[in-house]
Amino acid sequence: MKVKQISVFLENKIGRLAEITSLLGQNRINIRALAIADTAEFGILRMIVDKPEEALKGLKEKGFAAKQTDVIVVKVPDKPGGLARILEILKESAFNVEYLYAFVKKSGEDAFVVFRIENIDEAIASLRENGIEILGPEDVYSM
Amino acid sequence: MNTRDKIQYLDRKELEKLQFARFKKTIERTFKNCPLYRKIWEEKGINPESVKSLQDITRFPFTTRDDLRKNFPFGFLALPLEKIVRVHTSTGTTGKPKAIFFSKNDIEQAAELIARSMEMTGARPGDVFQNMMSYGLFTGGLIFHYGAEKLGVLVIPAGAGNTERQIQLMRDFKTTIIHITPSYALYLADVLEERRIDPRKDLNLRIIYLGAEPYSEETRNKIEQIYGASVFNSYGLSEMNGPGVAFECEMKEGMHLWEDNFILEVIDPKTGEPLPEGEEGELVLSTINREAMPIIRYRTGDITYVYPDQCKCGRTHRRISRIKGRVDDMFIVRGVNVFPSEVERVIMEIPEVGRNYQIVLEREKSFDIMKIKVEIKKRFFDGSLENLKKLQEKITTRLKSELLVTPKVELVEPGALPRTTGKSKRVIDKREL
Repeated sequence: MKVKQISVFLENKIGRLAEITSLLGQNRINIRALAIADTAEFGILRMIVDKPEEALKGLKEKGFAAKQTDVIVVKVPDKPGGLARILEILKESAFNVEYLYAFVKKSGEDAFVVFRIENIDEAIASLRENGIEILGPEDVYSM
Repeated sequence: MNTRDKIQYLDRKELEKLQFARFKKTIERTFKNCPLYRKIWEEKGINPESVKSLQDITRFPFTTRDDLRKNFPFGFLALPLEKIVRVHTSTGTTGKPKAIFFSKNDIEQAAELIARSMEMTGARPGDVFQNMMSYGLFTGGLIFHYGAEKLGVLVIPAGAGNTERQIQLMRDFKTTIIHITPSYALYLADVLEERRIDPRKDLNLRIIYLGAEPYSEETRNKIEQIYGASVFNSYGLSEMNGPGVAFECEMKEGMHLWEDNFILEVIDPKTGEPLPEGEEGELVLSTINREAMPIIRYRTGDITYVYPDQCKCGRTHRRISRIKGRVDDMFIVRGVNVFPSEVERVIMEIPEVGRNYQIVLEREKSFDIMKIKVEIKKRFFDGSLENLKKLQEKITTRLKSELLVTPKVELVEPGALPRTTGKSKRVIDKREL
């Protein structure tokens, strides 16, 4: 139930993000979710796209330092305390969350959170046991 | 006239006679006591008998910073270790510094040149001298300190940095003379202004010695203006004792190079041929009054020319012009000599980044910033920001320990830096000197 995330190294330079998104656009790749982590000098663009293999290939061909990583996408009820419950479960089982970011579906009632976690398989099992819904790749790519 | 004055105005013929005697003695002693030089010279068929006139110096091969590095640390010693009392170092090309050794006499001579230079610029006992150069391995601190004490001024060994304390010391002890890098002088001026201290009214400065970094005539004028003090240019390098090799007199037209201690040549850096006075070339210096570590025909890498005429002040030691630049691509950041080849070597040893790099020099609030841009390698990119930060830290630490100056490392995308074959493009100097 792991989902492929694309990470791209970005130096802080004008127009770099625009270049990546238009490159994906030309290849008819749709971005589902994205987040940027940065320091003063450089950053990493993280994306969930509908065609991760193609996206990775296209970016690499254009010379970008890009990498695929496994993440999990969790459905979170869009109500107070929704995310807290999931984090509680992860905390209790001592799973270390490297980072997370959220997105919502069009006119949906739920929110989705992308987690990058160490020991990803165990984390998936643990969340499942606690009745948390985890989305499979097909669900996410075809959103 | 005392001895210190006499030597400065010594008749040219007398001076050259003295130079020759010291040159001959240096060669004799070095030939006898320094196996390395003896070997080098014997290979060229030179021995002490070869020295018949001052001009014979041109028969000797050059000594380069690479020679010093290769024979680090003791190769050029001409005295047994028990006669050595001090070592100073400066950065070198492959992580190995250059080591310069001093006997008691050598320290005494180096100090005398500083005392002479300071006196020439008007310093006298009764003056309060605050030395804002870094103490320790760098010669600018200790050698100048010893010279100032020898002259008999009150010395405040303040060292570099700690601006608040510098200001306090200047006010408490009514400092009249400072020795400072030009960039720090400008920074200090900014801080004084913030504190609403007017250097012209609230301080007692009358003389400023700028050193260790290149700067322009405009910067000199600006610093004189700000502090209301007379700024003197000087020249030195650790291989030749450190500061006080050449110093400006009251005329401020070129720096008198103390020819009783050094033989001065200017050569064409390409052919190695001596150039006539007035022509610009590479400065080559030989020590003729140093016993622990004589260096003959050292290629300084500094570009200058010799003034063909005698100075209006009447001193007979010839003058060199303000240093125009470097033969190689060395640059100076915060008083530290940096060679791009050193940066390159460190970068080559780090597999996560490519071989291409760029050095950008900037000045923020009169403080030098050295940015080093390196390209990350695609196959090492794992999507983790943490690992990138660690990589950045690793490169910074390695460079810092090699260069003795902390760079700001920037990671850039693969292929982002211009591909050049010429070295000059590697260094972009945006500082206004």
